[in-house]
Amino acid sequence: MTPNQSGMPSGKRLPAHGSAASFEDPLEPQASTTGASMTLLERGVVAVAGASLAALGLRGHPFARIALMGAGIGLSIVAAQGKNPLATALKIQQDPDTGETLVSDAVTIAKPADALYAIWRKLDNLPQLMTHLQEVRVLDDKRSHWTVKAPVGTVGWDAEITADEPGQRIAWQSLPGASIDNSGEVIFRTAPGKRGTEVIVRLRYKPPGGTAGAVVARIAGQEPSQQLRDDLMRFKREQELGFAPTTEGQTSGRAASEAKKLAGKGEQMQGNKQRSKQADGGTQ
Amino acid sequence: MKALIWQGTNKVGIETVPDPTLLLPSDAIVKITSTAICGSDLHLLDGYIPSMEKGDIMGHEFMGEVVEVGKDVKRLKVGDRVIVPFNIACGLCDHCTRGNYSACDNTNPNHRMAEALYGAVSGGGLFGYSHIYGGYAGGQAQYVRVPFADVGGFKIESNLRDDQVLFLTDIFPTGYQAAENCNIVKGRDVVAVFGAGPVGQFAARSAQMLGAAKVIIVDRVPERLKMAEAAGIETINYEQTDVLIALREATGGRGPDHVIDAVGLEAHGHGPGALMDTAKQKMRLNFDRITALRWAILSCAKGGTVSMPGVYGGLVDKMPMGAAFAKGLVFRMGQTHTHRYVRPLLAHIEKGDIDPSFVITHRATLDEAPELYKTFREKHDGCIKVVLDPWGQAVGKA
Repeated sequence: MTPNQSGMPSGKRLPAHGSAASFEDPLEPQASTTGASMTLLERGVVAVAGASLAALGLRGHPFARIALMGAGIGLSIVAAQGKNPLATALKIQQDPDTGETLVSDAVTIAKPADALYAIWRKLDNLPQLMTHLQEVRVLDDKRSHWTVKAPVGTVGWDAEITADEPGQRIAWQSLPGASIDNSGEVIFRTAPGKRGTEVIVRLRYKPPGGTAGAVVARIAGQEPSQQLRDDLMRFKREQELGFAPTTEGQTSGRAASEAKKLAGKGEQMQGNKQRSKQADGGTQ
Repeated sequence: MKALIWQGTNKVGIETVPDPTLLLPSDAIVKITSTAICGSDLHLLDGYIPSMEKGDIMGHEFMGEVVEVGKDVKRLKVGDRVIVPFNIACGLCDHCTRGNYSACDNTNPNHRMAEALYGAVSGGGLFGYSHIYGGYAGGQAQYVRVPFADVGGFKIESNLRDDQVLFLTDIFPTGYQAAENCNIVKGRDVVAVFGAGPVGQFAARSAQMLGAAKVIIVDRVPERLKMAEAAGIETINYEQTDVLIALREATGGRGPDHVIDAVGLEAHGHGPGALMDTAKQKMRLNFDRITALRWAILSCAKGGTVSMPGVYGGLVDKMPMGAAFAKGLVFRMGQTHTHRYVRPLLAHIEKGDIDPSFVITHRATLDEAPELYKTFREKHDGCIKVVLDPWGQAVGKA
C-alpha cells in the first residue's frame, strides 16, 4: 500500500478493515459543485470581450447599441461572477477547491471484489474497461504510460499508481508534465446481501482549455459521464453474462437501408459491440 | 418473412423484411405459430410511448417452434414448441435471481436512453416495444430472434392448443400479478378492476382464483362487461352510473379493499380532469391520461392496494396524492415478472382451472393485422382480443 502523496485528492480513502471493504464502511462523498469556475485567464478574456462590446455599443444604430450594450454588460457580469454559465447548464461537476472536473459513477456486479480488483489492477486491461483510453503501457510496478484518443490524433502522459489496496482500491495520478493533469480511483466494496461488489469509479481532470474546453467537449459528444456509465455497464455485463446484449444487425423494416449504411460507415455504435482493439485513433 | 411494421404514429403495415438471424450464441430463432395484439400495442400505434422508430417490428405475445439455436443454448433444441414471455431476462443478475425478471439489469442495450428518460436505472428489454426498452424486434411476424433463449423459451409439452397457452406470454401473468400484488385475504377482500380489456379480464379472474370474496369490474363497453359477467364478476358501466357511488354501494361504503387499474395511460372517462388530460396529451404536453388511476385512488378502501398493471409512460397531473396519503394506500405497479408465473399458471391451465382462450374474439392472418389494430382500438365489432396466424391465408374473421 502506498501512502497518498503528491496532490492525490484528499479524503477519499476507505478505512481498511480486513481484506475486502464493505458497504458498511463509509465512503466519503467528494466535494463537488454543479457548474465550473472559470480560470483567471478565461475571466479576463470574457471581461475584455464584454467591455469591448459595451464600448462598441456607445455609437451606431439605436437597436445595435441596445444589443451590443446588453451583450457587453451580460459578459461583464459573467466575468465578475466567474462561473461558466454553459457549464452550469450542462451540469458539469467541479471540485470547488482545485477546479478539476469530476466524473464518477458506480455499479454493482455479482462477482467477488478480489476478482474485479485483479482485472483493474492489470493496467493494460484498462483500455478494455474505459472507452476513452487507447493504450496503457506498464513501465514498472508503479509507473505506466497512458494514451487517449483526442479529436486530432492521440495524447499521452506518464502516470503512477498512488494507492493500491488489494481487493479494495486502486488510485492513479498523472505525473508532472502531463498534457492533461488527471487522476482517478476505482473502489471495490462488498455489497450488502451477497449481491457482489460495488464498483465506484472517480475520475478528475483539468480539461485543456479550462471550463470552455469542458463545455466544448461535452457539446461535441465526448461526454465523459455517459461514457463512464456505458463503460461500467459494459463491464458489469461482461462479468455477469460474458457478452454484451445487442440488437445490432437484427431484421427490421429498415434492414435493407441499414445494411447499406453499416457497410459504408463501419462500426460506429457505442456500447453494443466489442470495440475493435485496433481502433484507429483518428475516428470517433 | 412478413412482419407488422410500425410506420409512424397511427400507421402500421405488413412488409416483407429479411428473416431474423442469430446474433449471439445464446439466441434462438422461433418460427411463430400464433401471435396476438396487446392493448399496450395500441399505445405504440397511438404514439404515446417515446422512441419508436419507423421500421420497428411490433408484437410481444407470441409462441412457436424453435428452428435454430445458438451454440450456447442448452435447454432448447430445434423442434421444441415454446412460448416466450414478452420481457427479456438474463436470468443471472441480482434482480433475475430474485425472480424480478422485468427489472433485469443486463438485457437492455439502450439502458442509457431509459436512464435519460426515467432516471436511475433501466428495466430489462422487451420484444417489439420501443427503443427505450431495448429496441428488440417483435413477434408479429413469421419468425423472431429470441435472445437469452434458455431463460425466455418455455417448452410446452402438453397437447394444449396455442390459444390456450399463448397468453402466458403476457396478459394472463400480467392480470395475475396485478391480483397477487393486492395480497387478497381469502373470503374477505373485495377487489375492483378498472378496465375490462384482456388484462382486466385476467386480473378479475385471477382475483377470483386467489379467493376474493367479491370481484367488481368497471368499463363502458357492454360486450366486455358481459364477458366478465359470464365468470360471475359484478359489473359497473361507468357511462350509466356514477362509478364512485356505485362502488360505495357495492361495498357497504367501505370501498373495495383493493383496486386494479388495468387501463393505464389512455384512459377515457369524463369530468374536468379527463378533459384536461386529453387536451394535454393531444398537444403532447403530458403522456398520460389518468382517469382510471384517479378513480382507483378515490374509490379504494383505507389501507388498501392500488395495483397498476396498466402501462404509464411519462408524467401525470392532478393525481390525488392527498387522498392516497390520507387512506394509507399501497401502490404496486410495473412490468410483469412474466417468467415467474409461466409454470404455475400453465399448471392451472392444465388442471382446467381456467381456459385463457375465453378472451379471444377475433382470429385473423398477419396480413389482416393492420385492419384489426383499428378494429381493436375502436373496440368495433365486439373486439376484445385478436390472435393472428402469421402463415394463414386471409379467410376473414373466425
